[in-house]
Amino acid sequence: MKQLMQGNTAAARGLYEAGCCVASSYPGTPSTEITEEAAKYDAIYCEWAPNEKVAMETAFGASLAGKRSFCGMKHVGLNVAADPLFTVSYTGINAGMVICVADDPAMHSSQNEQDSRHYARAAKLPMLEPSDSQEALTFFKRAYDISEEYDTPVIVKMCTRIAHSQSLVETGERHEAPAHPYEKNIAKYVMMPGNAMKRHPIVEERTRKLQEFAEHTDINRTDTGQDNAIGIITSSTCYQYVKEACGDKFPVLKLGMIWPLPDEKLKTFAGSVKRLVVVEELDGFIEEHCRALGLMCEGKSLFGYLGELSQNIVAGKLNITTTPGVKLDEKIPPRPPVMCAGCPHRGLFYTLNRAKCTVLGDIGCYTLGAVAPLSAMEMTLCMGASVSALHGFNKAGGENAVAVIGDSTFMHSGMTGLANIAYNQSKSVVIILDNSITGMTGHQQNPTTGKNIKGDPAGKIDLESLCRAMGFRRVRVVDPYNLKECADAVSEELEAEESSVIISRRPCALLKYVKHNKPLHVDPAKCRACSSCMRIGCPALAMKNGKAHVDDTLCVGCGVCEQLCKFDAFEEGRK
Amino acid sequence: MTTKNIMIVGVGGQGSVLASKLLGHLLTAQGYDVKVSEVHGMSQRGGSVVTYVRYGEKVYSPVIDKGQADFIVSFELLEAARNLEYLKQSGQIVTSTQQIDPMPVITGAMSYPENLLAKMQTLGVKVDALDCVKLAEEAGSVKAVNLVLLGRLSHYFDDITPGAWHEAITSCVPGKFIELNMKAFALGREA
Repeated sequence: MKQLMQGNTAAARGLYEAGCCVASSYPGTPSTEITEEAAKYDAIYCEWAPNEKVAMETAFGASLAGKRSFCGMKHVGLNVAADPLFTVSYTGINAGMVICVADDPAMHSSQNEQDSRHYARAAKLPMLEPSDSQEALTFFKRAYDISEEYDTPVIVKMCTRIAHSQSLVETGERHEAPAHPYEKNIAKYVMMPGNAMKRHPIVEERTRKLQEFAEHTDINRTDTGQDNAIGIITSSTCYQYVKEACGDKFPVLKLGMIWPLPDEKLKTFAGSVKRLVVVEELDGFIEEHCRALGLMCEGKSLFGYLGELSQNIVAGKLNITTTPGVKLDEKIPPRPPVMCAGCPHRGLFYTLNRAKCTVLGDIGCYTLGAVAPLSAMEMTLCMGASVSALHGFNKAGGENAVAVIGDSTFMHSGMTGLANIAYNQSKSVVIILDNSITGMTGHQQNPTTGKNIKGDPAGKIDLESLCRAMGFRRVRVVDPYNLKECADAVSEELEAEESSVIISRRPCALLKYVKHNKPLHVDPAKCRACSSCMRIGCPALAMKNGKAHVDDTLCVGCGVCEQLCKFDAFEEGRK
Repeated sequence: MTTKNIMIVGVGGQGSVLASKLLGHLLTAQGYDVKVSEVHGMSQRGGSVVTYVRYGEKVYSPVIDKGQADFIVSFELLEAARNLEYLKQSGQIVTSTQQIDPMPVITGAMSYPENLLAKMQTLGVKVDALDCVKLAEEAGSVKAVNLVLLGRLSHYFDDITPGAWHEAITSCVPGKFIELNMKAFALGREA
């Protein structure tokens, strides 16, 4: 019987059925659940690596040792792993190796909307692109076959709407992969110039063979249409939008393999239709290829380079009518994401706001520190950039600046920036926001939490010892629920004559093991409506009937608001 | 049949995940092709959340576009209004009357629009509004708002028997919460 399955869950099922044995990933929306779901199969060893580069190298090592392996990441994670990516293309693999990259068009939870398809062409690696959960399962399995047949890692590219949509899936059995015992092969696996020069022509020849494969595989297929006035080339979720908008009206060339592209197939299809339209999100990757082949086509001139497409957008551009909805003539206030009630980051950001610090930030829930009313973050670039950029900022004469970085992000790529501060000696204050979990992606363990992906005991890196070992003498731990302690620490460390690390430590309020205090309550007789407590942007606090009011279904009694009240209006609630 | 579209809208953390899981299970068991789509990550942190549930003979797109929703199931009034444009002209809104201030309202930068229900009705929109929080508390937990809403929604599905809904609840809810959720469902259905 078919089951309703999320794309990422189906991908994990594909890993299982393909006989994958080792999976190493770093969490990143929308890719996280692939590895989380894979970890539910005992036959697959799964782990969270400190970052994507480490994950990819781990997967490569497992392939070398003879086991089918996997690493998964979000689009920006592939930038971190780009170094091994480009050279594992040269070495090839031993047992099958599959890399998943999940793009996030429209930036639901990302800092950019880069198009990862360019990596396949740049690194000369085959890339498959499923268009629903069933294809996610099937393509992951087939990726391993392609990997072993052509001696290459294979990239499977997902996007938010494939990764986080559920559709019906037929599952199969697990098949253990053929054995690939490790064999010493210096010429293949030691990429120094003399060896790499001999591998490069093999890579080019492999691309040629894969192009031939692309011409004949059923992964690329044509849906016939009733009217060849328009022919559409598309892939991924855009295929679904096209079919939704057009049904069987126009012929569609659906590409499941996005690199290398099947030149002859593209030419034949173009020759069979009067007007050729390429429907793809973000860049004109397929379109540019078609143009290079000399095929007249339209694509980006219709659909642009930004965000996600949809059935109505496709219909509109192809002159198919749609019925509009009803619109309310009313100013609807936006509802942006906010730090949760009881979030340990809130107290710290309030402190930084009051201290008028220039805060160089990083990637995580705490990026919300940039949002009003806290407005206490002035830069966010990529994982780890807070620490390295602070060093540069201070070397260039910057003043009163701090870096803030979460525990998981610090492990990912903050450590090397900290090493630069220790080595090249800028007078910098780095604040590690240690909430004992990887928060934004939905509570994944990391090297500082002492637990592995399954929640079992694991190695635990001690942040204080690590910083001291790098040479920092000023390392102090504060409780972000204690505003005075935070304020003292920030002012003292900014005044100190040497670099320091402040660890703001308190577990995420959403963790199951965290015990909450009773919700607070405002005594309306004492409240003078000064709104001091409103400066922390807590979703549990609002002004109701001219007085501060606590929503006791949200409040976890963290007490930060209480410390801002000059009139002792907050008291412990009844619940 | 043409594809039917149900949008579930609310504020991150209100329980739309279980609601969509339950609908997905129910409609799959009815033999339909089904797609359910949601977005995880940053938007879940107290922001607006939207889940799309689509079913029919053959469903292509995982998302619902403007003017396409047969139903909008809303956990919060402002979110129903925000997504009104997605409703078909003949569509039905089932909403909780709960109001949760978004951050721009909390900080005083904007105000929460008044009389949203009446304004939507003036446009000719069919709105079924009920105090789901009160009914959920009556069932035993404020967290059961999702089942109150589904109970109300079930009222509009002549072709799906109460037994099928009950089977979906039993399959999707942990054992110790089944009774509570059944009660919440019944209170919503009969409201």
